[in-house]
Amino acid sequence: MTASTADSPLLPAGAHARRPRRIIPGFGLSLGYTLVYLSLIVLIPLSATFLKSAQLGWSGFWHVLAEPRVIASLQLSFGAAFLAALINLVFGLIVAWVLVRYEFPLRRLVDGLVDLPFALPTAVAGIALTALYAPNGWIGRWLEPLGVKVAFTPFGIVIALAFIGLPFVVRTVQPILEDLDHKVEQAARTLGASAVQTFLRVILPALWPALLTGFALAFARGIGEYGSVIFIAGNMPLISEIAPLLIVTKLEQYEYSQATAIAVAMLVISFVLMFGINALQGWAQQRHKGRA
Amino acid sequence: MNIRITRRQTMALALAAAVTGLGSLNGTTAQAASYTLLNVSYDPTRELYEDVNKVFAARWKAQTGDTVEIRQSHGGSGRQARSIIDGLEADVATLALAYDIDALNKQARLIPANWQTRLADNSSPYTSTIVFLVRKGNPKKIKDWGDLARPGIGVITPNPKTSGGARWNYLAAWAWALKQPGGSDVTAEALVKRIFKNVPVLDSGARASTITFVERGIGDVLLAWENEAFLAVKELGPDKFDIVLPSLSILAEPPVTVVDKVVNKRGTRKVAEAYLKFLYTPEGQEIVAKHFYRPRNPQVAAKYAKIFPKLELVTVDGVFGGWAKAQAAHFADGGSFDRIYGR
Repeated sequence: MTASTADSPLLPAGAHARRPRRIIPGFGLSLGYTLVYLSLIVLIPLSATFLKSAQLGWSGFWHVLAEPRVIASLQLSFGAAFLAALINLVFGLIVAWVLVRYEFPLRRLVDGLVDLPFALPTAVAGIALTALYAPNGWIGRWLEPLGVKVAFTPFGIVIALAFIGLPFVVRTVQPILEDLDHKVEQAARTLGASAVQTFLRVILPALWPALLTGFALAFARGIGEYGSVIFIAGNMPLISEIAPLLIVTKLEQYEYSQATAIAVAMLVISFVLMFGINALQGWAQQRHKGRA
Repeated sequence: MNIRITRRQTMALALAAAVTGLGSLNGTTAQAASYTLLNVSYDPTRELYEDVNKVFAARWKAQTGDTVEIRQSHGGSGRQARSIIDGLEADVATLALAYDIDALNKQARLIPANWQTRLADNSSPYTSTIVFLVRKGNPKKIKDWGDLARPGIGVITPNPKTSGGARWNYLAAWAWALKQPGGSDVTAEALVKRIFKNVPVLDSGARASTITFVERGIGDVLLAWENEAFLAVKELGPDKFDIVLPSLSILAEPPVTVVDKVVNKRGTRKVAEAYLKFLYTPEGQEIVAKHFYRPRNPQVAAKYAKIFPKLELVTVDGVFGGWAKAQAAHFADGGSFDRIYGR
């Protein structure tokens, strides 16, 4: 660099009059890489799915989706994933809060435990949960006399998905909570806000975007989850049969295009939902900034 | 705030990629006279083929001087067939029913249409049947197929859409209902419907159902492969379970074949064919019988007659006109299995 003008030592004179200067160069290269990478990993496989299901034609496509079993399984997959994500929204926030705001022995260990559902093969999680919640399991045997059935019911699916989705909420909320200034809360309290008001009107608005992101991630993960669920679900048609299992079942009967039709339906619904959550998140972020 | 997540996920992805890469590494070595075979089989044959592989490898070494290593893959029969169709390089396929091997011909032309005539006994070196495994002492007095439909009985069976064994279960119940006085397809469907009303868990494979019944303690009766029932009793002690033979069951003929496209490409035809023929030798039949599959060889069968009681066995060809017809009538979309779960 040969900056010579005295009055603007940071910018060489006239060097970047037209384009704003970037710290790391290579926009063209990195965009090209992004597009190729996304195409290879995401777009091409997805379009293959769409193409395969297109073999059915519109009427065939709707015929597959109108089957009672397919409708029931889609309702179950999305409903259970939504419930599980909702549970994680509440309890994930509490876990993150405890980990950030309090010092206690073995805190780092507990912090590490949160990641376990990421690392554990989902099938192992499914088998472990089933063994626990089966009528003869450690937890199940106490619930059985109360008439509560967990394993082999839709309730078991929600439990498995809550397990799988927990880290997403905790890990997205934690860093935001760490950055949140204590003084803001203190200021709110000194200005006369109650504890509940402080939480609802000061802390929660700052956390909303992160919470929504965590919710969306946990929700998305739950929709497609297969490994852990099939062990605990019971897999009864119309009751506890998840959509991914129905896809696998169709594949095993060599009904490739029917299987992809269900997959496409899941994709489209997921995309619309994620788009909605993203929009909500953007709105929450704007609102938060507007207030701050 | 997303950086932490992203980094974790990247690491997870890299790890997954590494593991997958390792998994797909082919075991073949460049040395001459050293072969690997992949035997893609159905769910309950793990223990059987572990034994067969050991003995066959020793015999082959003694006979030809070549080393052969046989790897095995197990899962629901339909899923295994699909893996082969999708490109899993199986030298031999040993599945639960002829329909799934037929798919290798119909879906992908990996084998000729006449594959089942290439080896003796419909290419099935052993047979088996479906029996009931009940809790010790048979507290619910389950004796025959009709008892399974009684209210309050918990019946464990895998899903016939995904499990070969479950299809045999289903057809056996159907065949029994047909043989009852006044039996027809209508009464049979009604019976099977009531039986499936009693099913609390539908697993995708035979082994998973065994675990549900044995380990989780769910249900009063498991509809199981005879060999799987014997194995459960042997492994978990005769003080926990009893085997009940229904008055009639079905003759299951799990067939075997070399996968021509694969063995031609890999140059393993000779050893793959010898491997399957070994199953028919007296030595192979002994191993088969020890694992509670019914041997074909009359001498070996006579030797183990005490273990395998005689019972009336019907065939899929005799009652249902072959697997293609049975599949279309019962397990294809809109078949009887879909109807019994319809509303």
